[in-house]
Amino acid sequence: MRHTISVLVENKFGVLARVAGLFSGRGYNIESLSVAPTIDPDTSHMTIVTRGEDRVIEQVIKQLNKLVDVIKVSDLTAKNFVEREMVLIKVSSEDEKRSEVLRVVDIFRGRIIDMSNKGFIIEVTGTEDKINAMLTLLKPLGLKEIARTGFVAMMRTDHVQK
Amino acid sequence: MKKSGAQILVEGLLREKVEVVFGFPGGVLLDIYDQLFDAPIRHILTRHEQGAAHAADGYARATGKVGVCIATSGPGATNLVTGIATAHMDCVPIVAITGQVPTALIGGDAFQEADIVGITRPITKHSYLVKNVEDLPRIIMEAFHIARTGKPGPVLIDIPKDVSKNATVPKWPDKVEMRGYNPVLKGNRAQIAKAIDAILASHRPLIYAGGGVIISGAEREMITLAETYHIPVTCTLLGLGGFPGDNPLFLGMLGMHGTYAANMATSECDMLLAIGARFDDRVTGKIAEFAPHAKIIHIDIDPASISKNVEVDIPIVGDAKNVLGDMLDMMRKKEHLPDRFREKWIEQVSMWKDEHPVHYEQEHDGEIKPQYVVEKLYEMTKGDAVITTEVGQNQMWTAQFYKFHQPRSILSSGGLGTMGYGLPAAIGAQIGCPGRLVVDIAGDGSIQMNIQELTTAVQNRLPVKVVILNNCFLGMVRQWQELFYDRRYSHTCLISSPDFVKVAEAYGATGLRAEKVSDVEPVLKKGLEAEGVVVMDFRVSREENVYPMVPAGEALKNMILGPQKLDPKKKLKAVF
Repeated sequence: MRHTISVLVENKFGVLARVAGLFSGRGYNIESLSVAPTIDPDTSHMTIVTRGEDRVIEQVIKQLNKLVDVIKVSDLTAKNFVEREMVLIKVSSEDEKRSEVLRVVDIFRGRIIDMSNKGFIIEVTGTEDKINAMLTLLKPLGLKEIARTGFVAMMRTDHVQK
Repeated sequence: MKKSGAQILVEGLLREKVEVVFGFPGGVLLDIYDQLFDAPIRHILTRHEQGAAHAADGYARATGKVGVCIATSGPGATNLVTGIATAHMDCVPIVAITGQVPTALIGGDAFQEADIVGITRPITKHSYLVKNVEDLPRIIMEAFHIARTGKPGPVLIDIPKDVSKNATVPKWPDKVEMRGYNPVLKGNRAQIAKAIDAILASHRPLIYAGGGVIISGAEREMITLAETYHIPVTCTLLGLGGFPGDNPLFLGMLGMHGTYAANMATSECDMLLAIGARFDDRVTGKIAEFAPHAKIIHIDIDPASISKNVEVDIPIVGDAKNVLGDMLDMMRKKEHLPDRFREKWIEQVSMWKDEHPVHYEQEHDGEIKPQYVVEKLYEMTKGDAVITTEVGQNQMWTAQFYKFHQPRSILSSGGLGTMGYGLPAAIGAQIGCPGRLVVDIAGDGSIQMNIQELTTAVQNRLPVKVVILNNCFLGMVRQWQELFYDRRYSHTCLISSPDFVKVAEAYGATGLRAEKVSDVEPVLKKGLEAEGVVVMDFRVSREENVYPMVPAGEALKNMILGPQKLDPKKKLKAVF
C-alpha cells in the first residue's frame, strides 16, 4: 500500500543516506522524496512516498525513529493530510494543438513559464490524481518531458490525533 | 590552550575513563599514535584490525564498559567491519576510531582511502566524519554516550589526517544533548499492570531471557520474579549467565540447539515473558508454531524489536532492570501468589528435563567426545571462568554443557555468528578482568581465522587459554551436510590443519595435546594451571553432532534428539 511519511531531521550531511539506506536495505524503492530546510535552518523536512507491506513499513518507521539525526517521524497515510507535487512539463506543439494545450493548462490552473514557436514549458501543482489526469490529456498534444518534485505533505491544521 | 585534534582525542578518551584501546597504527594515524605514545592509556597492538574490534567487543561484554578500537584509513578501517557488525548485532558498546585521508583529498581516490562511514552505515548505531577539529570534543562525548546508553551498539568516528593535526582550544560541552536521541528507559505502568495480570493468571508461565537482561543488569530482578512466582526460565545464547545455570527452574537454552525441556516448555506454555530478547529465527524456528498457546509479553528497550518477527500481546518498551523492578514492586502489593496451580506445570517441566537432558556417550577407551571436554572444563573451573567461543559446534556444545552462573561469563557472537571472534574477544576480556580465568573454546576451523592474535596475548602477558575441539572438520556445516545433503562433505574437511601444538610454541605459548580420553583431564589441569598463554588441542570424535537439533524452518517441537540411523548405501563423499 502507498504510504506518505513525513520525517523531521537534523540538517546535516549524511542524513539523507541514512534514511534512504533503511529503505534500500530492505529492497524497498522510494517512489518520491523531497527534502528542504524548515523555518529552523538546522532542521530539514523530508516527505517520502513509498509502497510496501504495512508490516515492513511499520518496521522502517521504527528504524527511522532510532536514527540519531531523526527528530520526528509521522506516517501520514491514515491521517488527515494534504499533499502536493509540482511538475514541469515540456510540450512540443504546433498549429491548432497549441490552443488545445493552452486550454488544458487553463483548466488545470497551470502556468506557461517558457514558450517558443516549438512548444511550451508548463508549471503545475497538485495531487497525484490531478497531475496524472493532466499528463493523460497532454500526451496526444506533444508531451515530451516531465520533471516532478516529488510530494510534499503536511497534516491539516485541524487534525486531531486519533 | 590550543590543542591538536590528536591531543583532544586523547583528552576525550581520558574524560570518558578509557583505560585501554585496541588498535593498529597507519599513515593517517601518525599524529594520534604520537599522542598515544606517552598517554596514560594502555594500547594493545593486535596483529589484525579485526582482532582489535573483537578485542574491544570482548572487553565491553566482559566489563560492561565501552570498548575502544582504532584503525587507519582504507584497509585498516575495512578490516574493522566484521568486528563492528558483530558488535552491532549483539548490542555491544564499542567506539571505533578510524583515520581518514585529509579532508582536501576525500572523494579523490587517495591512497588508502575508503568511505568507511558509508560502508559501516547499516552496521553502526551512529557514525561521524569529523570535518572540523572544533567539533571533535562534542563528537567524542556524543559517541560514547550513544554507544553505552539505550540499546548499546557500535559508534564510528572517522578522523581525517588534517583534523587530527589542526589545533583549537577545545570546548567540552557540559552535557550531551541530542534532540533526536532519547531512549525510553521507564516502562509504561499501564502496560506493566496488564503484564502482571497475565503473569498471575497463567498456569504454564515461562520466561524467555535474552542478552538484554545482562546488558541492563536485571538478573537479580529476574531471579526474584522467577523464584517468587514459580516461573521456569530459558535463555538465549546471549542470555546465558543471566540466570544461574544450576537453578532448578533453569531449562537451558532454547531454539535450534536448545534443550528438549526448553523447546517443549516454549511450545506448551500459556504465558511467555520475553525479556531483552528479539525472537531471532534461530530461537523461534517456524514462526507460526512458536509458543502457539501463549500470551506473549515482551520487554525490550528497542521499540523496533517489538512485534518485528512475532506478534506480541503486551509490549513494554523500557530498560529491563527498570521494568522488572517496577513490576515486582507492583506485584508485591497484590495479595495472592499463584503458586498452587503451578505445581503441575513445574512437575511437567522437570519431567521433560529428566526425559531428554542434553547428553552424549563417552566410551572409556573410545574417541574423545567434544562434549566431554566442555563438561570437564566446567567441572574443573566450577563454572567460574569467563568463556569465549568461536562459532559452530564448539559454540553450541559450550552453551549446552558449560553451566553459566554469572552474567558476562559467556562471550559469543550470537547474531552475526562470526568465526574468529573467540580468541581476540578473550584477549579483551582478560584485560577487562585481569584476575579471572579466560578460556576460548574453539574449533579447528574458526581458531585459524584470527590465530595471529596469539602473539598479542603472548606479548602482553595475557594468560588466555584456548581449548580447541579439533575434529578436522568445519563441524557445523559438515553436520548439515550429513543430515540434509546426503553426507556430501563439500569443502568442510580440514585434513591439512597445522600442528596446533607447534603453532602455539612458535608464537611463544604453551601447546598441549590430548588424543585419548584419559588425556583430557590431565591436559586441562596442566593447561589451566600453566602460566601464560596455553593452546590445548583436543583430537575429538570427528563426526559428532550437536543435538537436539530443530531443522531450519521447523517448529521447535520437531527436534531431532539424537543420531539418526544412516543409510548404509549413502557413502561418504568428501570434496577436498
